[in-house]
Amino acid sequence: MKSRATLAGPPRAAAAPPRPWRGAWTAAVPLLLAGCGEDHLRKYPQTTFHPTTEFARISDWLFMLSLYLGVAVGIAVLGILAYFLWKFRYRPGAPEPKQIHGNTRLEVAWTLIPAIILAVIAIPTVKAIFDTQPDPSTLKDAVTIEVIGKQWWWEFRYPQPNGDTVITANEIHVPVGRTVHLILKTDNVLHSFWVPQMGGKRDLITNRVNHLVFKPEEAGVYFGQCAEFCGTSHSLMRMRMVAHAGDGYQQWLTNESHPAVEPAAGDSAVQLGKQLVTTGACAGCHYIEGTPMAAHIGPALTHFGRRRTLAAGILDNNAENLHRWLANPPEVKPGSKMPNLNLTDQQITYITAYLQSLQ
Amino acid sequence: MASTATVAAPHAPAVHHKEPTGLWSWITTVDHKRIGIMYGVTAFLWFLIAGVEALMIRVQLFVPNNHFVSAETYNSLFTMHALTMIFGALMPLTAAFFNFIVPLQIGARDVAFPRLNALSYWLFLFGSLFLNFGWLLKAAPDSGWFAYAPITTMAYSPGMHMDFYVLGLQVLGLSSIIASLNFIITIINLRAPGMRLMRMPIFTWMTLITSVLIVTAMAVFTIAVTELMFDRLFGTNFFNTVSEGADPLLWQHLFWMFGHPEVYILIIPIMGMISEVLPTFSRKPLFGYNVMVFSGVLIGWLGWGVWSHHMFATGMGPIADSFFSLSTMLIAIPTGIKIFNWLGTLYGGSIRFTTALLFSVAFIAMFTIGGISGVMHSSAPSDLQQSDTYFIVAHIHYVFFGGTVLGLWSALYYWYPKVFGRLLDERLGQFHFWGTLIGMNLTFFPMHFVGMFGMPRRTWTYGPEQGFTAYNQLETIGAFIIALATLAFAVNLFTAWKRGRIAGPNPWGAATLEWSIPSPPPAYNFREIPVVHSRMPLWEDDPTKQGGIPHGRVEEETDEVTIAGRQVAAVRDVRDENKMSAHDLGIHLPPPSFWPIVLAAGISAIFIGLIFRQVPDTSPWHNAWYLMFAGVATTMLSIYAWAFEPGH
Repeated sequence: MKSRATLAGPPRAAAAPPRPWRGAWTAAVPLLLAGCGEDHLRKYPQTTFHPTTEFARISDWLFMLSLYLGVAVGIAVLGILAYFLWKFRYRPGAPEPKQIHGNTRLEVAWTLIPAIILAVIAIPTVKAIFDTQPDPSTLKDAVTIEVIGKQWWWEFRYPQPNGDTVITANEIHVPVGRTVHLILKTDNVLHSFWVPQMGGKRDLITNRVNHLVFKPEEAGVYFGQCAEFCGTSHSLMRMRMVAHAGDGYQQWLTNESHPAVEPAAGDSAVQLGKQLVTTGACAGCHYIEGTPMAAHIGPALTHFGRRRTLAAGILDNNAENLHRWLANPPEVKPGSKMPNLNLTDQQITYITAYLQSLQ
Repeated sequence: MASTATVAAPHAPAVHHKEPTGLWSWITTVDHKRIGIMYGVTAFLWFLIAGVEALMIRVQLFVPNNHFVSAETYNSLFTMHALTMIFGALMPLTAAFFNFIVPLQIGARDVAFPRLNALSYWLFLFGSLFLNFGWLLKAAPDSGWFAYAPITTMAYSPGMHMDFYVLGLQVLGLSSIIASLNFIITIINLRAPGMRLMRMPIFTWMTLITSVLIVTAMAVFTIAVTELMFDRLFGTNFFNTVSEGADPLLWQHLFWMFGHPEVYILIIPIMGMISEVLPTFSRKPLFGYNVMVFSGVLIGWLGWGVWSHHMFATGMGPIADSFFSLSTMLIAIPTGIKIFNWLGTLYGGSIRFTTALLFSVAFIAMFTIGGISGVMHSSAPSDLQQSDTYFIVAHIHYVFFGGTVLGLWSALYYWYPKVFGRLLDERLGQFHFWGTLIGMNLTFFPMHFVGMFGMPRRTWTYGPEQGFTAYNQLETIGAFIIALATLAFAVNLFTAWKRGRIAGPNPWGAATLEWSIPSPPPAYNFREIPVVHSRMPLWEDDPTKQGGIPHGRVEEETDEVTIAGRQVAAVRDVRDENKMSAHDLGIHLPPPSFWPIVLAAGISAIFIGLIFRQVPDTSPWHNAWYLMFAGVATTMLSIYAWAFEPGH
């Protein structure tokens, strides 16, 4: 269907024309006056008010439309209420009020007026519903990424033309300017994939496959989070989405599809770390390409050193945080399936050195 | 002078058969008024407990990365806060008013099935205790009141947490269904002569609609919970997704087919209460009675067609999304009609600012805000950014707190004098009102913002880099203001019961039948069943007509006091003159019975036996199947004994 293909259609002009409703929005709600610039984004990195895809803009536009109409209706109702309370307050000695039982004409009016206001929201709503849910089978040239919800982290699988699959965790990479088609699955309970700037959330449902289609327009790192309650560490199941401009995505993918560079022979801490990781308990759950580690219970760690965060987006990926994490994962993240392995400080230092060398 | 005092006792009998008092009389009571009071007191205590749970949630969210409570405890807190508020506090509080007020409003001596009424109270008490018993075993339900499969199946939720949910809610559901059938039959059959359906007080109308909704919605929920129970206890595969055929979406459909009408179950009775309070204090009839009735029916009816708007993120496809978007928007129309008709009721009135009226007016304002945000996420693409965020938490609290709770408090200030014969203190009431109104807006309004800035709901904590901190701190401060106001309310409820000002039969000069009899009403309610000629018998009926209501408007009283700038009725304590028992007057009332509590205990024992099947070997409760069989035996025995109990 033609209208459904809008998302995959011609790219929007990079410099979008000023949107009239932006100005009105800031005028209507002064609390959010500073709400839409880069400052706002820095303050609220997971905001829904900074759409960067057609999908998210449609959601935002409908929200604004219903907000304006709602605020107008609200001010009218509350204003009338306040006026009546003041105007018709009891005064000593006032006669008994006139016993008015109703007024059919008025009642018909306040049935019809809301109906008209709702129609103003309803029509673009239905159009938007169809526009944002294109039939996945009609998508040509879309970048397909499989998203698998875990307790409590994200696995991303990038099927390659040669049949290989690149596997990463907690950081999803997408190209700017191409339609992205996410195939959403879970191998445990329900989760919900939500990167607000890319468009609304979509649930990952057991025994089912879901789809989410959007087209990133601006390079950057975006915040995301699981939105469907999924147990103990639900609130600590966050992620980052990295949108690459130009051929950045292809470069990233190429790097990611090869094993990380072998540690230099002289670097003993890294060598010792590698030995600990690949032969120790880590190998029971994790996968690192180019090593004997092949388990897929925990997140794949092939290029772990390049990740921005660890523990599903709750900590910046640096030596100090990695040390804290390895010392006792369930303490950092309650319910974590990664147990406390009672590693010594020395062991943690070696493992940290090795993991960070995985570029 | 049409003094109420003289009407009740035209001939003083020499011997008084006193109405029974004492604990045993309460346990065996089948009097709808006593059962109403029991519902009210129990539910108010649950309201306070659920409030404490809310405060703990707010303390946990006061600062980022807080460890005030553990993630596990937090999950139990938000689950139990919702379950306790909905099933322990709000529904039973409306049931308290159904019980106490509806038979009086329709001029009946009791409900249609008084013992069944007692049974529904005892089932409610035992069920709600059972649900909360999990706290003592550190196994309170912890997967949300929505209990989405498969996280609630044995594979992901071993232990007793969700067993308390599936078993406790079956008991509570049974209680609600029984009570509602009773109200439907009472309202249809026991109305006073002359009270046609379209002459019924609007609160009775809304009770009828709500009861129909409860019977049907609870039936769906009971099926869902029973299926989940079968999955958990007996290994079936409705939602157990380890098997291929199971479908977790089935749970969501069944749950919201109950869960959405449940919202209306909690708000429609309140709409009825408001529609009684506003006319009384505006001294005007309800504007557009017929439209108010039909819009209530319509809201209930449409409430069935919108459940999937809770599921826009599940990927139902564009056609289903469109249908549920549109059907949800439609509900705004009858709701809007109600709001405008309430404004019409105030128009041209003579408004007395009692605490009851203030709460009613605040209800209109806050419920309007909740309704508007409801329209905002009826639009599916817009809702995709809002569902499962604090924006929705803001919305439901404007509906449940700004709507249901404010309305309930209005109703309490309004009908408390009828129930206990004494007035609540107006000064404490004003403090309660302003504290609640300011506190709730400080608590719930910032949630709109923090939700749109990306804070998901049901979240134990958040990072400092996410920008949610300031909003959460405002919300927590607001929550404590609400708590302070509620404390004042609790003090008011208690002290007024002890030494509040005597109310007289009709302190507000209201128009409906319950105000024609003494406060508190005698056990038999009406000495003679009244004959009704209009919708507002105390305002419009001619007392000289045959069977006319003998109590005139408040202006005819001589002995008056002033409250909140208006005159209220006689302060003479007429209760002594109404202590004639039903026996003295030759009125037959159903005798007390202890079988309802025994039957409720038997039913509860079945569920207790089921849950203790899996406690550790060392516990004396280990393998308590015997308790289940004892429960079955008690249930059978008490049904038999109940059926053959003499006196009917």
